[in-house]
Parts: sequence; structure tokens; C-alpha cells
Amino acid sequence: MEKLRELWNETWHFYKRTLILVATGSKLYYAWCFSLLAIIIAGFLFYMRQHDAGLIATNMNDQVSWGLYIANFTYLVGAAAAAVLLVVPSYVYHFKPIKEIVVLGELFAASSVMMAVLFVMVDLGRLDRFWHMLPFIGSMNFPESLLAWDVIALNGYLILNIFIPVYLLVKFYYRKKPNWKFILPFILLSVPWAVGIHTVTAFLYNGLPARPFWNASILAPRFLASAFCSGPAIIIIIFQIIRKVSDIKLEDEALFKVAELIAYAMFLNLFLLGSELFKEYYSNSIHMAPVEYLFQGLHGHNLLVPWIWAAMTMNVIAFIIFLVPQTRKRLTTLNLGCIFVIIGVWIEKGPGFVIPGFVPDPLGEIHEYLPNLLELMVSFGIWALGLLVFTLLMKVAIPIETGEFTHTEFQKELMASRPH
Amino acid sequence: METKRYTRREFIRNASLTALAGVSLPLLSSCAKEETEDFLQKHFREMTAEEKKQVIAKLEQRYLQKFGRKLQISTKEAVPDTLWGYGLELSRCIGCRRCVYACVKENNQSRHDPQLQWIRVLRLKRGNLINLENSDHYYNPDTVPEKGFIYLPVQCQQCQNPPCVKVCPVHATWQEPDGIVAVDYNWCIGCRYCIAACPYKGRVFNWAEPNIPKEEINPSVHYLGNRPRMKCAVEKCTFCIQRVRDGRYPACVEACPTGTRKFGNLLDPNSEIRYIIDRKRVFRLKEDLNTESKFYYFFEA
Repeated sequence: MEKLRELWNETWHFYKRTLILVATGSKLYYAWCFSLLAIIIAGFLFYMRQHDAGLIATNMNDQVSWGLYIANFTYLVGAAAAAVLLVVPSYVYHFKPIKEIVVLGELFAASSVMMAVLFVMVDLGRLDRFWHMLPFIGSMNFPESLLAWDVIALNGYLILNIFIPVYLLVKFYYRKKPNWKFILPFILLSVPWAVGIHTVTAFLYNGLPARPFWNASILAPRFLASAFCSGPAIIIIIFQIIRKVSDIKLEDEALFKVAELIAYAMFLNLFLLGSELFKEYYSNSIHMAPVEYLFQGLHGHNLLVPWIWAAMTMNVIAFIIFLVPQTRKRLTTLNLGCIFVIIGVWIEKGPGFVIPGFVPDPLGEIHEYLPNLLELMVSFGIWALGLLVFTLLMKVAIPIETGEFTHTEFQKELMASRPH
Repeated sequence: METKRYTRREFIRNASLTALAGVSLPLLSSCAKEETEDFLQKHFREMTAEEKKQVIAKLEQRYLQKFGRKLQISTKEAVPDTLWGYGLELSRCIGCRRCVYACVKENNQSRHDPQLQWIRVLRLKRGNLINLENSDHYYNPDTVPEKGFIYLPVQCQQCQNPPCVKVCPVHATWQEPDGIVAVDYNWCIGCRYCIAACPYKGRVFNWAEPNIPKEEINPSVHYLGNRPRMKCAVEKCTFCIQRVRDGRYPACVEACPTGTRKFGNLLDPNSEIRYIIDRKRVFRLKEDLNTESKFYYFFEA
């Protein structure tokens, strides 16, 4: 009984202190959090409008029935997968700053998956019937429907990527050694699972013979390759921010290593895209129409053409930046490359991938789609929510990792050891 | 007599849903009254006869208020030993679109914002057929037929191997024993995966609350067919399930002024559709996708 009370006290204490930790910060921290909050609220208000009126409030229609939401979803699944794929091998091969990287990477993955799931939720016409999709409660069409697979894969991944970092952080908080025998299998499981979520997401499109643009077996490898570009690029930027605002030490060398990896991944990505383009243009069948629409325009419809060429240019420039050691190992050019990759891949596998699947539609109709203000605002809202969640997670995780935020017992020691 | 079984699955469902309902209360409070009422409604195929009756009574009450008249909602099941098939004689179609509007009227489709149609008539320049990119969906001449063009009406092809059913994540759409691919409008979550999967554009979506003038409502409806729908659920041609299960022709067959459209039971060797398949040169759209559609196009001679 006494023990239970003590546990309760300590837990309560932990939550109280976490709240205080999260609620206090520099002016910049407040400004950042409150601007994100403002975007989230704006996004939510726009979403309520969509919820009331129906999806007619978006620019989607019977011709182009998926749009910006599903584009963002696809991109974020990739980002989530790449975060773990990048982090875990560095743990397994005893790459130096392992402890930090595992936890940060998995929390990043968790935030990305959360955003991906939210993008599917806002795309649903009937959010009130969401429960029909849940296993055991609703009537999930498993294993027939790839969307059912995705629900399982993404939620499993989310749980995995919350469980692992929370376990490690709690151990660090108590200054105990994690039981690696217990947690390592989960960390190892998250590697194939990361490949799994992105493969399942690729198969979701891949399995539709009605849409020749998606019905290409090169799709899953392409998805993984492009994810390996954008995910690490985001992480390079995040790591630089983290080492600027916290005590965590991250060597430049680690960033350069990751950048080198992006160069290989980008080569693979461009190679796979090239293979696809060769097949389409050389065989020159009528199924090439969506590719033609994307890269050249079709019958005078060419809304996506400038976007895809901007993406191609950015991807190629970034590839060169990451390939040449001189530009890779300079933070300014490195960051430019990262931004190019993040935007370039977003266009390529977001709107540049989803929309041409619908143009022309199966009966040959060409209807051009660009998202409207509401879709943009809702999307910004979800991105802001993901960033806010990640920020708050970092606000707690980083002090635990550096040992500043720890169990009360050690806290006193820490205070005593500080030179006041 | 229906025996009441309380399975573990049902227990898990009820317990979880109660919890879920509590959590989603704020969101639900922003929903319309109907949505709140229907929140816990079961999948049509899992309802007992008694539950079906209750749902029908609820709907009839609701429609009475909305449209000011009583709608007859049938839940009639498939007639045994039937598999419906459709024939369409391309050489006869003049592209008048009377089928399109008869269908809209019969099946209570939303009239405007959004305007939904289950049949699309494509106009093709003579010399084309397979590459539908050469088709015009919105031709609008003073008179039809036009010289130099042929017309290709397309609607749900009622595939025997339907890609839409395969991809639906919640079993909201399925194939009935008589071959009709039906939708439980109350179970559809509006993800639109089926629209992406359909090679014939056989499915349309209620992007907003459907809109039907009171005086134009067709009061004779089927639960899986032409009953008035709700916003953000998918819908499609059902071969007029409300008619064909009562021994009548689909509305489009009746409306066609040129006798282009044929309909019948594929399992009956003496049916008109079997006669056509046996004696005419028939083909099906996008046969290469192996959808095994039950919609046969043919030419005279």
C-alpha cells in the first residue's frame, strides 16, 4: 500500500513537472508554439466548414477524387519510415551518438505517422463512421483491402514508435540501464515495419489496374528510395536545430554521413524514375497519358508541368550537392540541398504522384485539379499540429537524455553539483 | 424465430463503442441529428429481420418529414437462380441521353450541387472505340445522332470480379447473389478508394448533401438502391434493384427510344440476354482487366 502511494506520488510528480517543463521556455519557444497553435486553430476552423458542407468544400470531384490530403499522407508515411530506417542501423552498428538518435528518430517517426493518419481522417467523407474500419469493432476488410492493411501497419508503427522511446526515456529518467534484451527486439522489429508501412502504402496504389500510372511494379522501390531522400533531409535540419537550442552534442561528421546516404538514395530515386520514364516513352502506349500530362501537358492541360520540372531540377541539384564532398561538407550548401530534397520529393511523390493517377480518368476525361484554400489551410493545420507535438516531445525528451530532467532523487544531486 | 446470441465480438464492439462515443461526443454534437441517431447502426447484412424493420420504420419517418410523402422502402432479397446481365447494341444508340435522365429520376439522384448521374454517354469520332481519351462526355448538339460519331453509354458494369468490392476497407459494398454490386450507404465511410479502383467510373460520390425537389421524388425505393442518400457516401447503378427484383426492367431499358438496351437473366437459357450472347458478336469494356463484367456491348450482325 505504502509502495503504491509512493508510486502514485512519483507519477503525479512526474506529470506535474513535465507540464511545467513544457510550459516554460524562452521567448522564441513561446513564439514558435503559439504560432503553431494559431495555425492549428485556423486549420481546425476550416475543417469544421468542410465537415458541415461535405467534401464539396474542397476542389476534389468525381474525376480527381483524391487530392492534397492523400498527397501529404503518402509523403509523410515515407518520412516516418525513413526516420527509423536511418536511425536503427546507426544503433545496431554502434554509431557514436546512438542513444540520442534512436529516441529522437523514433519520436519523429511517431509525429509523422500521426500526421499521416490525420490526413486520412480529414479525407474521409464520414468521419462519424470511422469506427467501421477498426478491427474487431467494425468490419474491416482484411486481408482483401490494402487500406485495411494500411490501418494496421500505420497504427502498429505508431504504437511501436511511442512505446520504444517512452520505455528508453523512463529508464533514463530513473537513471537505470535499459534492459536491452527486452527492448532490442522491438527496435529491430521497427526496421522491417518501417519498410512495411511504405510498401503497403505503395501497394495501395499499385494494385489498381484501373489506373495505369500507379499500376507499375517499380512503385514500392521508388517510394522507399524517395523516402530515403526526404526523411534524412528533414532529420539533418532537425538535428541542427536541436543542437542549437539544447545541450545535445551532435558532430557535423554525423550530418555529413547522413547527407552521403541521401546522395545514394537520390541516385537510386532518379534511376528508378528514369526506368519508369523509359518504359512509358519508348513503349508509347495510350497508358502513357498520365505521364505525358505530368511532364508535358495533355491536350493543352498542363497545370502540373511547372511543378514537376521544378521538382526534377531541385532533386538533381540536391543530388550534385550531396555527391560532391566540398558542397556536402559545408553547412550552407548542405542545408540548401536538404530544402531542395524536402520540397522536390514532396512534389514528386505528393501531388506529382497522386493527381496524374486521375488524369485522364478511366473514361478518358481530363479534369485538372489544384487544391483550394480550405484544403491548404487544413493541411497547414495538420503539419503545424505534427510540428507542435514533435516540439513538445523534444522539450521533454532532450532534458531527460542530457540528464537535466530526472527523478527527484537525482534532481537534488544535480542541484548540489551545480556551481551556484 | 430469431434466437438472440450475444457473442464476444458483440460485447467487445458494444463496450468499445460506448467508450468511443464518450470520447467523440464533442465532434458528434456538431453533427446533424440524423448522424447522431445513426451512429451505432449496424451493417445491413448483419442486421436481424427485426432490426431491419426498425431501421426501415426510422427511415420512413425521416423521409416523410423531409419529402412530405410516404416512401415504400423494400429490402427484398435476390430472386433465386438469377444473375442479371445487360446488353447494349452500339449500332442503335443515338446518344439522346434519355436513359441518363430516366435513371436520375428513377433512382433519386441529387439534381444539382452536386449533380449526379450513373450513366455517362461518350461520344466518339467514328474510327475510335478503345482509346476513350478521344471521347467527348459533354457533347451538346441541337439534334442527335450526329454524322461521323458513335455513342458509347457507360455505367456500372456489375463486374463478377469487382475491383471496387475488393478495395473497400469496411465491406460497405458487396456482390448480391443475383450479381448486383450493392452499397450500404449507411456503412460507407467515404474514403473513395472504390472510385479510384473502378475502371469504368461506375461510382459517383455525394460531395454535399443530395438535393432532390420534393415533387420529383420516386417513392418506390429499395434499401440497397434508390432510397434517398446522404452526404459523403458513394453510390452507383444497381440495375434498378428496386425494379428488377419485382420483375420489371431497369428504367434505362424502358426509357430507351431505339431499343438499344437489353436486360435479362444470364442463368436462363431462354432469356433475351442469352440469345444475344449466343448469336451476336458481343464484347465487354476493358476485358483485359479481367473484371468479368456482366455488361455486354454488341453490334447488329
